[in-house]
Amino acid sequence: MITLIPENCNACRQCTYACLYGGIVLEGKTPVRTDSCTGCDACIDICKTGAIVSSGQNIRLGHDIAEYKGVWVIAEQRQGHILPVALELLGKARELADIRETGVTAVLLGDGVDKSGDLLIKHGADRVFIASAPFLGSYRTSPFVRIISGVIKEHRPEIVLFGATAMGRDLAPRLANSLRTGLTADCTQLEMSADDGVLLQTKPAFGGNIMAAITAANHRPQMATVRPGVMQPVCSPSRKGDTVFLDVREEHSDTIVSILKTVKKKQSRATLEKADIIISGGRGLGDSKGFKLLKDLAAVFSGQIGASRAAVDMGLIDHDHQVGQTGRTVRPCLYIACGISGAVQHLAGMQSSDIIVAINKDPKAPIFQVADFGLVGDLNRIIPEIIEQLK
Amino acid sequence: MKGLKIIVAVKQVPGTDEVRTDPKTNSLIRQGVPGILNPEDRNAVEAALCLKEKHGAAVTALTMGPPEAGDVLEEVFAMGVDKGILLTDMAFAGSDTLITAFILSRAIIKSGRFDLILCGRHAIDGETAQVGPQIAGFMDLPQVTYAEEIVLEKGFITVRRDLEDCQEWVKVKLPAVVTVTSRINRPRYPSLYNVQTACDGSLLTTWGAEDLKVPASMLGLDASPTVIKKIFEPDHKKRGEIIPGDEKEMAASLIEKLKGVNVI
Ligand SMILES: Cc1cc2nc3c(=O)[nH]c(=O)nc-3n(C[C@H](O)[C@H](O)[C@H](O)COP(=O)(O)OP(=O)(O)OC[C@H]3O[C@@H](n4cnc5c(N)ncnc54)[C@H](O)[C@@H]3O)c2cc1C
Ligand SMILES: Nc1ncnc2c1ncn2[C@@H]1O[C@H](COP(=O)(O)O)[C@@H](O)[C@H]1O
Repeated sequence: MITLIPENCNACRQCTYACLYGGIVLEGKTPVRTDSCTGCDACIDICKTGAIVSSGQNIRLGHDIAEYKGVWVIAEQRQGHILPVALELLGKARELADIRETGVTAVLLGDGVDKSGDLLIKHGADRVFIASAPFLGSYRTSPFVRIISGVIKEHRPEIVLFGATAMGRDLAPRLANSLRTGLTADCTQLEMSADDGVLLQTKPAFGGNIMAAITAANHRPQMATVRPGVMQPVCSPSRKGDTVFLDVREEHSDTIVSILKTVKKKQSRATLEKADIIISGGRGLGDSKGFKLLKDLAAVFSGQIGASRAAVDMGLIDHDHQVGQTGRTVRPCLYIACGISGAVQHLAGMQSSDIIVAINKDPKAPIFQVADFGLVGDLNRIIPEIIEQLK
Repeated sequence: MKGLKIIVAVKQVPGTDEVRTDPKTNSLIRQGVPGILNPEDRNAVEAALCLKEKHGAAVTALTMGPPEAGDVLEEVFAMGVDKGILLTDMAFAGSDTLITAFILSRAIIKSGRFDLILCGRHAIDGETAQVGPQIAGFMDLPQVTYAEEIVLEKGFITVRRDLEDCQEWVKVKLPAVVTVTSRINRPRYPSLYNVQTACDGSLLTTWGAEDLKVPASMLGLDASPTVIKKIFEPDHKKRGEIIPGDEKEMAASLIEKLKGVNVI
């Protein structure tokens, strides 16, 4: 914590450059501490004139680690419907909180979401903070950052999780910035060390060629965005918890970015992530004739169609069906890969499927490394046979 | 708008297809892996150049990295970028996204007035997509992520965003930070004429920690909240069974096996 002695200041501005956080500004010739000051004392070291001195206490935000407790999930909704990833995160949050013997809190912002607390509680939350107001109906960076960083600063959670969705990946870095803490993007695995509460966050990098395990041991909260579809939701209908309503108002700064309009895309993607059976095709389909076979196969299995990037690039199917690193992450009960080689970028999106079947004429194709059942041969002959026998 | 000034943050990344880890040291084998301009940063540069052609603008590219990272600046000069700033200093090494964004934002402030900061949505090495928003955070600017179209009019930009289930049009007053996806444009090829002007080195400025007036204690690995504990290659499930026989037999035993595990 700093004490200011304005008489000593020569307005050299070094402190304002030294501060990571905008915690000190110069008003005229007087240094002034702002709300953003984290008490990190960096400006003391830089001040050569003795205008900034230590007041002995260190209140560096994010550094009094023991004061941070609880696992939080920032729940995302669209048109009032909670996204599956929020429930998946609660499943993980519950597990982490139980290891740390602490509670789970969900934070939900939206319009007309007053009654959504229950669903979040059933999926693992002990407490739900809800901010429900028309101006929160569509996600905008500014009001969401303002409101959520407010509750986080007040309650000091140990861990905050977000879905690695467009919203989560817009919001979380901005929050990490305002809290000056670490953030790991797009995690596929989270492990807690029980005694010191350090969260080991594993994420794919380099197109899924490499996994990186990341920690932010000396900062709190520990924050991560987590890829949809990788964690498991757990529902216990009898769970009880508290709902706390936040009193929120729109501020002028919230309107800096105004949404002019939104146009919905075709809904094919969302259904792919929920599908129990996915029949996926790649370059090996050859052309639209092969693609027709794939569709017929999907029909007899009542499955959804997935695709590799090669199939999308060939124009066989829309990008919304692409599975993999730059497409969807899916986890069906059954995934049948037809004419897909199994590049890491594709595997990244489907390898946690329950049962994987691969049909490929190349016995050395990497897809066979992850397949439970492999059929080596020409898909143009195998697929019709499967269709025939299933009918 | 007069004298529009655009800053593009570009990063040199290893070509992802070739990256491997050394199982002994658990570190990346970078040797022999060519550094490339991050793909979506090329889109960001193209977006800046399109605005320049339409409205007139000075485009400055900014990169932080080892001295070799200057190569990506040569590349964007050849596309038509006017100036480049290379931020290189041992003290910057090991910076995570928070500290990288801090350093970049310090450099942007030092470089003077600007109207628009463009970034790629994400870099293909760490794939965090965090640096753009975090620059906006440090500079207290509005941010627009996932841009697939940018239209400039009278000090405002209208941006079409590509989100999971919808496209969203937003309007924001400049200055602002925008991160772009590869859908926004098709980047041009470097031109020979530009390559020649790029070669004399007059377009490039190099700054280190001293120039940015930040003490080393606020930079690099030590200042970064996140630490990479370990990197490893993903282990795939062990090989399952290959079903033998001709097409008829394969189909029949597959169906039987799927019934056996209750998926059909
Ligand atoms: C940054 C980055 C991101 C990427 N993201 C993704 C992503 O999200 N999703 C994705 O899928 N890819 C992605 N890719 C591309 C990926 O690397 C591969 O290029 C792609 O997955 C290959 O698709 P494929 O398996 O259909 O084609 P190929 O690799 O060409 O494989 C075709 C397979 O079909 C088999 N075959 C051919 N004919 C027949 C036949 N008649 N019967 C049976 N088998 C046959 C062949 O033996 C071969 O194994 C990405 C790449 C990069 C660099
Ligand atoms: N070291 C860097 N130098 C310049 N720009 C960077 C750097 N790191 C990230 N960026 C910018 O931030 C974007 C997102 O990067 P990342 O957060 O690493 O995925 C990139 O596309 C660049 O525009």
